[in-house]
Amino acid sequence: MNNQAMDAPRLKLTGITKQFPGTRANDAVSLSLMPGEIHALLGENGAGKSTLVKIVYGLLAADEGTIEWEGDTVAFDGPAAARAAGIGMVFQHFSLFETLTVSENIALALPPDQGGKDLPARISEVAARYGLALDPHRPVHALSTGERQRVEIVRCLLQEPRLLIMDEPTSVLTPQEANTLFETLRKLASEGCTILYISHKLDEIRALCERATILRGGKVVGTANPGEVSAKQLAELMIGGLLTPPDRRHQISGKDVRLKIEHLMLPADQPFGVDLVGIDFAVRPGEIFGIAGLAGSGQGELLAALGGERLVPNHTIRFDGQFVGDLGVAARRELGLAFVPEERLGRSAVPDMSLADNMLLSGWQDGKLVQGGMIKPAEAFDAAAAVIKAFRVAATGPMALARRLSGGNLQKFIMGREIGRAPKVLICANPTWGVDAGAATQIHQALLDLARKGTALVVISTDLDELFALSDRMAVLYHGHLSAALPLAELTVEKVGLMMGGNLAGEPHAA
Amino acid sequence: MRLDLIPRQTTPVWAVYGTPVLAIFLTVIAGAVLFAILGFDPLEALYGFFIDPISTEYGLTELGVKATPLALIAVGLSIGFRAGVWNIGAEGQLTVGAICAGGVALAFWGQEGWWTLPLMAIAGVLGGAAYAAIPAFLRTRFHANEILVSLMMTYVAQLWLALLVQGPWRDPDGYNFPQSRMFGADALLPTLVEGSRLHLGALAALLVVAGATVLLNRAFIGYQVKVIGLAPAAASFAGFSAKKIIWVCLLLSGGLAGLSGMIEVSGPIGQLMPSVSPGYGFTAIIVAFLGRLNPIGILFAALLLALSYLGGENVQVTMKLPLAAASVFQGMLLFFLLGTDVLLRYRPRISFAKGKAA
Repeated sequence: MNNQAMDAPRLKLTGITKQFPGTRANDAVSLSLMPGEIHALLGENGAGKSTLVKIVYGLLAADEGTIEWEGDTVAFDGPAAARAAGIGMVFQHFSLFETLTVSENIALALPPDQGGKDLPARISEVAARYGLALDPHRPVHALSTGERQRVEIVRCLLQEPRLLIMDEPTSVLTPQEANTLFETLRKLASEGCTILYISHKLDEIRALCERATILRGGKVVGTANPGEVSAKQLAELMIGGLLTPPDRRHQISGKDVRLKIEHLMLPADQPFGVDLVGIDFAVRPGEIFGIAGLAGSGQGELLAALGGERLVPNHTIRFDGQFVGDLGVAARRELGLAFVPEERLGRSAVPDMSLADNMLLSGWQDGKLVQGGMIKPAEAFDAAAAVIKAFRVAATGPMALARRLSGGNLQKFIMGREIGRAPKVLICANPTWGVDAGAATQIHQALLDLARKGTALVVISTDLDELFALSDRMAVLYHGHLSAALPLAELTVEKVGLMMGGNLAGEPHAA
Repeated sequence: MRLDLIPRQTTPVWAVYGTPVLAIFLTVIAGAVLFAILGFDPLEALYGFFIDPISTEYGLTELGVKATPLALIAVGLSIGFRAGVWNIGAEGQLTVGAICAGGVALAFWGQEGWWTLPLMAIAGVLGGAAYAAIPAFLRTRFHANEILVSLMMTYVAQLWLALLVQGPWRDPDGYNFPQSRMFGADALLPTLVEGSRLHLGALAALLVVAGATVLLNRAFIGYQVKVIGLAPAAASFAGFSAKKIIWVCLLLSGGLAGLSGMIEVSGPIGQLMPSVSPGYGFTAIIVAFLGRLNPIGILFAALLLALSYLGGENVQVTMKLPLAAASVFQGMLLFFLLGTDVLLRYRPRISFAKGKAA
């Protein structure tokens, strides 16, 4: 903090415009970042945040506009050039080799002359300086998600960046891990490193950032000091409208258990998968049961077992008193279960098929869309049109290819398709992952409405805000173990955070 | 100068249908170069290969004769290829179909009737399907790779055929030639054009193309095949049985290969011989891809590859070119087809000089 260039911006973007087929991702975006500043780039999914930072990092070229880096106009023709200039970026999705060690992974990303024998020592030194606990000799597959992120951060820090771009860094962290990360970022900033922090989580931006630039529809719609305006004001800037909180009134009807899971065990079916170890829980009609947990805690395996894509001993899953553990997907769906997996493109929808064709994926058994082995195209078309209308899906129509829809719209379509089957049980995973706030509110309301009609819901999510907004009871999944279920009133974010980190009792003193 | 391949966001329609045309064009160019290196006049050779064979009415009917088995087999294979079921052994299934149909013709030799041809067709289909059932069983039961199993079983089938025509089924009046009796008149397919070899099988191929179009666009099983090929995880989500699809695809493609075996022995050949196909089962793989796994496209691709057989024979007779020229052409066509498929997913960009490309 002793540089005479403190008052000159480190990075200055002027009039950045980027056109993609059908959408203008960035429209005359201007932004300047000062040395030592933690600057938030705030916006919904699809607002153009990722496009903008990809342009800065040399992954995309802007159609118009200039980038000034430390006073010079630059055009990076690739990430290597951006790194050489002193820009580092930590992506939301990590690119690490599971079977290699931490230092091997880092050596792969460094210029050849920097990957010498002293690398492990340098990794330890940098990690220690910024409070990032990391063992350079451990293989990556043995690391938690938080630790993997540290590998990515250390990989950037070794190159001593003067601008560090963080893309949605806390989406994979427990609240406690996120706090540790914030300490690191503050220390970096105090040494003069500029941090561009991308997020849609308002609370953490208010805790961390001094300035925020808000993007909506590819344009800058405002700048603010996040500490001085309320989270609600920021949200309304971001969404461009008023948020209505979901209507939570629903009744848990009766004492009968609709879905009961007893001692469910399932070994992982792929390397680096998670074994499920003795899962127990029960859900009643009209109840929303939340399952929290960091990504990679066994959610995929649990969903495969509940959905019937992987079969388990018959008595471990009971539906309305009937054992269904060894029934496949089709048989379970016929009984009235419905599923919304996390992966939208490729699992709950076929990207290269029309929405009408995608109706058949879960609707083929109901007897309306397929009769006598032949598809009824007109019926499928009408069914898709009905879902599009009821859930206000932005699509050109039932013949639109699934991959043409934005994440939020496709998720609304999939939700609508499953809800339209009037299921007795709906099991969904990360129902609003990557979905903009408006669509997320709509999906949450649809789930609450479904519970009010008596459906038993299981919501598996990595988003704690979502689970606190929806659940009646909640349990935490950690490394294939499920904690005891607790009513919402007995839970706090801190307690759930501890449980997500492996302390399933949620007591603060345990290791 | 430097060539970059930029990933495409979407595949333009012209690329889907334009790349096969580009591949054919490149094959012709490369073929001309090859002929020139071999010391032949490239234009004369190309004329002899592509134009001369179909310049007569008889040539056109011969084109139909050769295209019939290619289209029949390729339509069956294409359905499997869409689902990621790689039946490479159609040649073997064709051979078994020919053995079964020929067995019927020989068993009822001298007592044939109107029922003989339908019975031979059924035997051919069942034989081909049963032979394809072996890789299907091994794949679904033991995860054995159907590419290897079906390919290796081709050679087994060909050896069985050779054994039969040199042993028990050899023509008693055939001067010890390794071939069966000529089939009776009622065991031979009627011809469609007087004085040609174009037979009823060509109509069967057209019906199969039409049937496959309906199957892929309207039938639920065709939908399942497409889903499993486009997004296997979505098929699992939908609860489609991958094993069932593997069985359906292999039985269907095996059955159609078997039918084309029956058509060969009861049509142009008229008896069983040690070899009943000039590699139709393998060439059909090229046909399936050249036709973009689409039944109508396959019909046109079958005609083109049939021409490569006729052209190969023609230039062998008229210009003394080696018979392998036809195989080389087929190989080059597949090579260029797969090569140009890169254009479906990438956009080429050529940049000159060292300056920064904008």
